[in-house]
Amino acid sequence: MKIWVYAEPAPEGDKPATSTLELLTKAREIADTVEAVYVGSNADAMAGPLGEHGATKVYAVDRGEALAGVVGAAALASLVEANSPDLILFAQSYDGRDALARLSVKLDKPVLTNGTDLKLDGDRAVVGTAIFGGNTLVDTKFEGDGPFLAAIRPKSFAAEPGGGGAATVEQVSAPDAGRAGEARVLEHHVEEQEGPKLEEAAVVVSGGRGLGSAEAYEPLVEGLAHLLKGASGASRAIVDAGWVPYAKQVGQTGKTVKPKVYVALGISGATQHLVGMKGSDNIIAINKDGEAPIFSVADLGVVGDVHKVVPKLIEALQARG
Amino acid sequence: MNIAVFVKQIPDPALPGELDADHTLKREGKLVLDESDSYGVEMALQLVDKAGGGEVTLVSMAPNNEVSGLRTALAMGAAKAILISDDALAGSDALSTAKVLAKAVERAGEVDLVMAATESTDGYTGTTPAQVAELLGWPSLTFAKHVEIGDGKVTIQRQTEAGYDVVESSLPAVVSVTAGVVEPRYPSFKGIMAAKNKPVDEVKVTDLGLTAEQVGWAGARQQITNVEAAPARAAGEKIEDDGAAHEQVVAFLEKLKVI
Ligand SMILES: Cc1cc2nc3c(=O)[nH]c(=O)nc-3n(C[C@H](O)[C@H](O)[C@H](O)COP(=O)(O)OP(=O)(O)OC[C@H]3O[C@@H](n4cnc5c(N)ncnc54)[C@H](O)[C@@H]3O)c2cc1C
Ligand SMILES: Nc1ncnc2c1ncn2[C@@H]1O[C@H](COP(=O)(O)O)[C@@H](O)[C@H]1O
Repeated sequence: MKIWVYAEPAPEGDKPATSTLELLTKAREIADTVEAVYVGSNADAMAGPLGEHGATKVYAVDRGEALAGVVGAAALASLVEANSPDLILFAQSYDGRDALARLSVKLDKPVLTNGTDLKLDGDRAVVGTAIFGGNTLVDTKFEGDGPFLAAIRPKSFAAEPGGGGAATVEQVSAPDAGRAGEARVLEHHVEEQEGPKLEEAAVVVSGGRGLGSAEAYEPLVEGLAHLLKGASGASRAIVDAGWVPYAKQVGQTGKTVKPKVYVALGISGATQHLVGMKGSDNIIAINKDGEAPIFSVADLGVVGDVHKVVPKLIEALQARG
Repeated sequence: MNIAVFVKQIPDPALPGELDADHTLKREGKLVLDESDSYGVEMALQLVDKAGGGEVTLVSMAPNNEVSGLRTALAMGAAKAILISDDALAGSDALSTAKVLAKAVERAGEVDLVMAATESTDGYTGTTPAQVAELLGWPSLTFAKHVEIGDGKVTIQRQTEAGYDVVESSLPAVVSVTAGVVEPRYPSFKGIMAAKNKPVDEVKVTDLGLTAEQVGWAGARQQITNVEAAPARAAGEKIEDDGAAHEQVVAFLEKLKVI
């Protein structure tokens, strides 16, 4: 079994994305050969962590100003024939989905997406997904000939180094992507954010519609997150309402988080929200409705008004210094 | 400026989902316009308006000649629709769907842009738009949170992990938009009345030059091997705030050693 992982750089550009390392960790558990196909610059800096997490070889492609997914799909298609991987894994990320989608057409292979689990049944990959807001688990097996193409949601597996040395880097030139290559990236905008990243923070404090207004988010949610050295998140209701940017959304159509502590402020706990956070080690919920579904997953549930409980909580934490 | 907009018609998302005996999503009963696609429809209408001419053509693949979602989008202002409905399409995966949608775009005539949502509410594979682009040999600008057209080019702000990228491409191209890019209009009474008489071109798989083997179950090449309920997470302690609940939260955080 040979697995390829479509490797992406972290937003900072100097190391692989955590989701890539998660996929490599899982791949090395089930495959004899694990290799990475990386689109971007700095391939030599990536080779260390990629190797440490299980890749023995990295095929590296520069993308210039073209979209990573377009270059990635073209490069993968040209490499597949000579190297015959059995399974190619992508993170369910922006570029991961682009690359997967285009490659599926080039190879005329189906795709399985939103995977949260991966196993083998003989020489066939079986992808587990959670549907209906995470209430139902479905296993789907590929039929026909490989390579099989699957996208896995970030945070489905833990990223753990396995002690391997740096992967060898083979630089490959980007094949002509035709008109698809005409889309160019003109500018990168980095939205500065303070504190740890949502997916990596040990503490996540999220706010929902129960905050009552956009103005309450900063003092209550960000205020508490800051004191706990955590990150701030949100339910979709307040993202759609424009109170906070999409990047903060936790749930089925947002991010999956698994912090040590998740604090939900004024969030009802719809299944689509729960699926993004119920893997947290500990959950604290504050909601004024004692019947809110969020309490069914909370280790500590406070039936109360966020405007009363949270300011006192913040004050008590500040008093501790 | 002629724009084809993909609109998926889905079971009411407010109702609990159910699987059929063959493990596909139950899709009987009335379907509605996927709210995610209402942003694409609105964006397309605004772009055509700004361009000062052209029209919006809807493209939808749905069972049982379903038109209720299409009527909603026609009432918003789209000029016409292509509806692909065929028993051969049952069980279609994202790639088969993309093959059908790409052929329908060709059928729509001169199109400058295809507009889709980033991901559908019921399927959420999020691959269909880029698959269509690859099938057509067009550029794809996905995850757009802002779209502009001018000088024969489309420019978008593309969502990234760190913020956004400005991406530009020649036309024709496929653009997929995220929720909230624009405020979808409510159809007016006049719009709703007019929608009843707007043309809907109903086509079968063979009309598009595809065979039944390329789509539906046959095309999907995957098999569902197990379906089970997810293990539930047990609830813990629940307290009423009597004015001092924050102290218990502090104690809990202390116990976990996060403070
Ligand atoms: C396909 C699909 C995908 C979705 N994806 C996501 C997703 O990724 N993430 C997500 O979050 N949602 C998602 N949703 C939406 C989800 O179904 C819910 O609508 C949403 O999570 C509700 O957000 P909320 O809890 O903030 O708001 P509400 O459901 O309105 O809940 C507000 C809560 O605040 C409480 N409250 C009110 N005032 C106070 C107060 N003063 N103090 C304390 N509590 C108070 C209320 O009792 C209530 O429980 C999705 C939906 C669909 C159909
Ligand atoms: N059956 C369909 N009919 C029309 N458009 C569709 C269909 N399926 C997918 N799409 C479009 O492709 C987008 C992404 O779908 P998905 O890949 O299912 O997440 C949707 O939001 C629609 O814009």
